[in-house]
Amino acid sequence: MTNTNHRWIVRAIPYLWTLVFFLIPFIIVFKISLSSPEIAQPPYSPTFDPFVDGWSETFARFAEFTSANYLRLFDDSIYVSSYLSSIWIAGSSTVMMLFIAYPLAYGMARAPKSWRPTLVMMVILPFWTSFLIRVYAWISILSEEGLLNSMLLSLGIIDEPLVILSTNAAVYIGILYSYLPFMVLPLYSALEKMDESLIEAAKDLGCTNIQAFWKVTFPLSLPGVIAGCFLVFIPAVGEFVIPDLLGGSDTVMIGKTMWEEFFNNRDWPAASAVAIALLIVLMIPIMIFQNNQAKQQEAGQ
Amino acid sequence: MAAKSIGPIRRKFAPWDDPSAKPLIRIENVSKNFGSFTAVNNVSLDIFEREFFALLGPSGCGKTTLMRMLAGFETPSAGSISIAGQDLAGIPPHKRPVNMMFQSYALFPHMTVEKNIAFGLEMEKLPKGEITARVEEMLKLVKLEGFALRKPHQLSGGQRQRVALARAIAKRPKVLLLDEPLGALDKKLREETQFELLDLQMSLGMTFVIVTHDQDEAMTMADRIAVMDKGQFVQISPPAELYEQPVSKYVADFIGDINLIEGRVEKNDLGKIILGSDMTGGMIEASGESAVKNGDTAWFALRPEKVSIGLSPPENPSVNTATGTVWDIGYVGDVSVYHVRLDGGGTMRASIANTRRIVERPISWEDKVFLTWAPDSGIVLTK
Repeated sequence: MTNTNHRWIVRAIPYLWTLVFFLIPFIIVFKISLSSPEIAQPPYSPTFDPFVDGWSETFARFAEFTSANYLRLFDDSIYVSSYLSSIWIAGSSTVMMLFIAYPLAYGMARAPKSWRPTLVMMVILPFWTSFLIRVYAWISILSEEGLLNSMLLSLGIIDEPLVILSTNAAVYIGILYSYLPFMVLPLYSALEKMDESLIEAAKDLGCTNIQAFWKVTFPLSLPGVIAGCFLVFIPAVGEFVIPDLLGGSDTVMIGKTMWEEFFNNRDWPAASAVAIALLIVLMIPIMIFQNNQAKQQEAGQ
Repeated sequence: MAAKSIGPIRRKFAPWDDPSAKPLIRIENVSKNFGSFTAVNNVSLDIFEREFFALLGPSGCGKTTLMRMLAGFETPSAGSISIAGQDLAGIPPHKRPVNMMFQSYALFPHMTVEKNIAFGLEMEKLPKGEITARVEEMLKLVKLEGFALRKPHQLSGGQRQRVALARAIAKRPKVLLLDEPLGALDKKLREETQFELLDLQMSLGMTFVIVTHDQDEAMTMADRIAVMDKGQFVQISPPAELYEQPVSKYVADFIGDINLIEGRVEKNDLGKIILGSDMTGGMIEASGESAVKNGDTAWFALRPEKVSIGLSPPENPSVNTATGTVWDIGYVGDVSVYHVRLDGGGTMRASIANTRRIVERPISWEDKVFLTWAPDSGIVLTK
């Protein structure tokens, strides 16, 4: 772009995107979260239509806004426990994921150069199928008459089918499977660009292979670790599909609670308040992540 | 070529000529294959304590592979390497009494200068006080006091090179391996650093093995140079011998600039060899011993600075004289190199020191000139 007068268009695109697809929906949801539920269409009040009601009436209705939905989040233990359980499930699967993904990414980064594109391809291959279909597929693997149980039974490893589907274990399996690439790829990119001679230098100065890993490789891969953890943790907290399809009635996650408020109870204001609160809860790790990225870029220069 | 700073110790230093001297590093019949490619092909070499030894050659000649075998990053396919009598086979890099300074410096980017230098000492589990003292000593040695808390990316190239050096010598290894240590520095800094390295090596009394493709660097610093080609040593000699008595056209051509004049041997006795050459259209008389026989093809290797150039014919124009036309003059500042097209075919170069400021050259382009040289100024080569 040589014409400086038109550069602002390019710069404006991401802001415009954020405005249209994030900020405006956010304001609508925020407004609903301050409303009261009604048995009506739409199922909340107040509603605003200055052309029908006139401006003064419209402004007067601002007084009807209430914080009751937010206060309810603290009163009813289902919300607090949903949040805590979501954070726990997302957090523990992120940690488990790190243990699975790190060796995988390390192996990929150490593989012969000609293999690496193929290995990366294999990691992202599942994305070619819809997320929903892949999670559905796990039902037929994990169910009592499913693939896993029939295999274990026929091999004589177990006598009775294992109950995995509709438990938290199935939710963990679903999250670990679905989000693996989001952990592997940032780890791989951090490990792959590492200068091999750094590890040789560490060995030369008296490190065994394991010491060289902990003193050089791992600290230098930390940006990848942090990026991967956030990329898994943040979407996993709000996950709805996996607990809904694979989890049982005892699996409480905030995404599911929100869904129930919205569709089962038709309580749009409560569901909106849950959504806004979730956003605020996730804001903290997102900001830490942003901060970390900025620092990375600074150090890279 | 800059003069070497020779101290009184260095002047008499030639343990390779002493049959009773025990080498520090002994490389015996070492080969290294990568698949079907032979990087190092059956080489043997002794390096002595306190020696500054250079492995010199073009890229791909096997010099880096040989050094990496010393450090333990590659295992020889055949042969053995020992240091101070200890066979290194099966000994991993972290247990070898050598340290390496990497071409890329390989400084740990997440550690400060101080931590980088202390790294090897901490791995050795030295007491904390000793580590601090040693790090301080190293910083002083490489003149980087005040930079202890910087990170590598906050340093200039020259400073990074010093940190890498300090880190490699902090453990006081028996042998320091340097892989193209000055390759990333600009010319001026490189020349300064060459002498600093030399001083350091002498004051530490350490054995240095350096890998380089830069012949100036090797000539300036090394006690002995091994010229490598295709995985083998072509010649192992002190710098002056390498320059004045190359064993082959390859070495002669690789080290400095040289004229190679092809001829037939007409006579070889009593330390005097006579060659007949079409290039000069006359006889070449060379002093020296050689196994050449009459009728053999041989090359008279003559450095350009040992050739005189003149406009008038010499007393005996049939011996050690070539006639031609000045084709080009390369002005390098301290010398001017005259490229002369010989009447007998081929070109010869003569470099003349510019002892005065040039206002007008006595010899110019297109001039008819006579090139002459003394019988002991060149050497007869057969390969």
